[in-house]
Amino acid sequence: MKFLCVECDRQMLFEERQLPGDGTLAAAFRCPQCGRAVGLLTNPMETQLVASLGVKIGGTTIDPQPLETVRGMVATGRNDAFAEGTADGGRGTSVAWTVEAQERLARVPNFVRGMVKKIYADYARDRGIAEITPAVMDSARSELGLEGM
Amino acid sequence: MPLNIRTYHELTEPDRSGLPDQIAAQRRRVAARLEGVGRVVAVMSGKGGVGKTFVTAGLARALARGGEGAAGVLDADFNGPTIPALLHVPVTRCMVHDDAIAPAVSPDGVRCFSMALLLQDGRPLAFRGPETESHVWRETLEAATLREFLADVAWGALDRLLVDLPPGIQRFQELVDLLPAPPAVLTVTIPTAESRDAVRRATQFARERGAELLGVVENMVDGPFAGDAGEALAREFTIPLLARVPFNPSPAVWDALAHRVGSSS
Repeated sequence: MKFLCVECDRQMLFEERQLPGDGTLAAAFRCPQCGRAVGLLTNPMETQLVASLGVKIGGTTIDPQPLETVRGMVATGRNDAFAEGTADGGRGTSVAWTVEAQERLARVPNFVRGMVKKIYADYARDRGIAEITPAVMDSARSELGLEGM
Repeated sequence: MPLNIRTYHELTEPDRSGLPDQIAAQRRRVAARLEGVGRVVAVMSGKGGVGKTFVTAGLARALARGGEGAAGVLDADFNGPTIPALLHVPVTRCMVHDDAIAPAVSPDGVRCFSMALLLQDGRPLAFRGPETESHVWRETLEAATLREFLADVAWGALDRLLVDLPPGIQRFQELVDLLPAPPAVLTVTIPTAESRDAVRRATQFARERGAELLGVVENMVDGPFAGDAGEALAREFTIPLLARVPFNPSPAVWDALAHRVGSSS
């Protein structure tokens, strides 16, 4: 999938991705010459197909997690199917979670919670964020393209 | 006057999404994970009810205990996964490490991974997503599941990784798409003419996709099923009839099959 600014005959560049939380996805592309932006809006079916392929519009920004698609998409998984080897991925630094962020994390199904927690923690560590808040979680979700989670 | 719009392939500027590159990276991840696997063997029939999983488990256990090399089983039947039960693998937590999941290990030393290790007891495999027209994305998700079972399980060094396929040919095609080279194929049939016809199509499908045909196993040979499907398929495809497996096979039957499969590579 590519976008062409027909007037400038230039390929438009990915700029931003947004996940409204209703199963849809929005991505903005901008012409590098005239600056005009267009929005790609996918319906839930299209969003699901992209997530099913295990690819991310706008590109990947984190290493793939083990069984990332399975853990993100299976709805009938056992709560205790997985045991995390190391809570901080062996990186030795812990990140604090606000109560609100912990409550939000608790709403994530157990089947995928360990992976989601690790992704948010890695995101915060990589950006020098000491405390994870719901706003940090929102940013991570959009920036990392967690369409299936 | 129509607009002058360049085609997809004429746009060659850097593309941050890089979807083809993402797919290629997925394939590289599969290839890297399987570097320690001597041979991937798909166990297929194209037909349900012939005992593929039974044969897969019996063969894997015999390979492991008989000195034919380390064996693993990937249960690719995501909707009816029974490999852990046949390998006597208890359902426990799967240990997640940084970049891989540890496989379960049977008492015989067979490494395995299966959807049965992940699903709630008695619940079918269901995915999150729009329920209407789910056929559009469900097979894609199952193909992604196969990819992740190949790429994200720490299979380690194995002489053979048996892939227990569900009935039909779709999962085999997905396997061919994902692997660096087509897998070897072991076909399973029961003696009947009906089974022969279905397995024949699947075997031809595998051959047309470049798979090496290791041979055919005829299962349930001493029961109510009449026919000579095993011999007929072996003759037609010029492949060995590797074993004729009765309803209650002795360990010697599996050991002989393991020896023949082991000596075929």
